[in-house]
Amino acid sequence: VLIDIFNTLVKGLTVTVEVTVLAGLLAAAVAILAGTCRLSQRRSVRVGSGAYIEFFRGTSALVQLYLLYFALPLVGVSVSALMAGVIVIGLNVGSYGAEAVRGAVLSVPTGQREAATVLGFSRWAQFRHVVFPQALIVLLPAAGNLLIDTLKLTSLVSLVTLSDVTFQGQQLRLNGSSPVAVFGVMLAVYLGLSSIIASGIAWLERRARRGLHVA
Amino acid sequence: MTWDWHFVGQILPSLLGGLWLTVVATLGASLIVFPLGLLLALARRSPRAAVRTSVVTVSELVRRTPLLIQLYFIFYVLPSAGLLLPALVCGIVGLGVHYATYAAQIFRGGIDNVGRGQWDAATALSLPRHRIWRTIVLPQALPGIYPALGNLVIAMFKETALFSAITVQELLGRAREIGIDNFDYLEPLVLAGCLYFAVSYPASAAIRRLERRSARRPA
Repeated sequence: VLIDIFNTLVKGLTVTVEVTVLAGLLAAAVAILAGTCRLSQRRSVRVGSGAYIEFFRGTSALVQLYLLYFALPLVGVSVSALMAGVIVIGLNVGSYGAEAVRGAVLSVPTGQREAATVLGFSRWAQFRHVVFPQALIVLLPAAGNLLIDTLKLTSLVSLVTLSDVTFQGQQLRLNGSSPVAVFGVMLAVYLGLSSIIASGIAWLERRARRGLHVA
Repeated sequence: MTWDWHFVGQILPSLLGGLWLTVVATLGASLIVFPLGLLLALARRSPRAAVRTSVVTVSELVRRTPLLIQLYFIFYVLPSAGLLLPALVCGIVGLGVHYATYAAQIFRGGIDNVGRGQWDAATALSLPRHRIWRTIVLPQALPGIYPALGNLVIAMFKETALFSAITVQELLGRAREIGIDNFDYLEPLVLAGCLYFAVSYPASAAIRRLERRSARRPA
C-alpha cells in the first residue's frame, strides 16, 4: 500500500520540483538585486527596494497567492496557476533573501574593499574577487534555509489547483486511502527533498571555504 | 470590474471577525510555542545523548516539511485515532509545534550568549541547578532575544492564513468564502491583505525601533 501511495505522490513530484527550482531561481535573482539596491547610494533606489521587501513580508505567501490567482484576473491581469505559484513564492522568498544578501555584503570588512582599491582593482574585480567570495560564505547557510522554505511553500500551489505532491496526496485521501499512510509518506517525500537541498548546500559551503582562510 | 466601496462596507465586519479569530489563533499558538521552545532548547543541553539526538531529529523533521502537510496530518489523522478536535485547535497545535522548533533555536542562541564566567561563578557558589537557570542564566538570556521572539509571533500571525485550508474561518478563509459567494474576489482578498499588513507592519516596525534603542544603550 505504501508503495502505491508513493507511486501516486511521485506523479506530483515534477510539479513540486519545477516550482521549487523556478521560484528558487527567481528568489535568488530578486534577492541579489533588492539586497544590493538596499545598499545603494541613491535614496530612491533604497526606498524602492525597501518597499518591495516590506510589501512581501507584510503578508503571508498564501494571501499573496490568492490575490494574484483569484483577485488580479478581475482587474485584467491573468496568469496560469504555475506562473502565479512561481511568481509569488519567488518574490516572497526573495524579500527574505534580500535582507540576507544585504547582511552578507555588510559583513565583509570595509578594510577588504579599501585594500582592493589601493591595489587598483576595478569595482567589478573588487566584487568578483574580494567581496563576493567572502560574502558567499556568510550567505550560504541562510540561502540553504531559504531554499528549504521555498520547497515548503510549494505545497501551497495545491490550493490553486496545481497537481503537486500535496495535491496528489489530497486526491488519495479523498479516494479513501488511509490518511495516516498518505500524510506519513507525504512528509517523508518532503523530508527527502529538503535533505537533498541541505546536503547540496553543505557541499557548496565546503567548496566556498576552499582557499579562503576564514573561520 | 471596478472597486465597489459599498461592497467593502458590507464585508468589513465579517472580515474583522476573521481578523479577531486570527489574533486568537496566534495568541493560542504562542502559549505552546514559548514553553515548548524553551523546553526543546533545554533538552538539547541534556547530559543524555539519547535525549539530545531525539530532540534534534524531531526538530529537523518538523522544520524540513511544510506546515500545510503537518496541519493536514493533525486534522485528518487524529480523528481516525479517535481524537476529534475542533479545526481551530488542530491549527493552533500544528502552528505551535512547528514554530516551537524555531523558538528553540532562538532560546538556544540567547542561552549560549550568557558568558561562561556566569556559569562558573554560580557553580562556585554551589547554587542548585534550577536556581542557576532561574535566577542567573535565563534573566540574562531572555532580554536579548525578545525582538527575535516578537518577530516569530508576527510570522505566526501571518501563517495562520493556512488554517483556511483546514476549514477554519479565519481572515483569509472568510475572504475566500465571501469571494466564492459573490463571484467577486477582488475586494475581500485585497481587504484581507490590507488587514494582515495593517497588523504585521506596525508590529515589526515597533520591534525594529526597540532593537535600535537597546543597541544604543550599553548592556
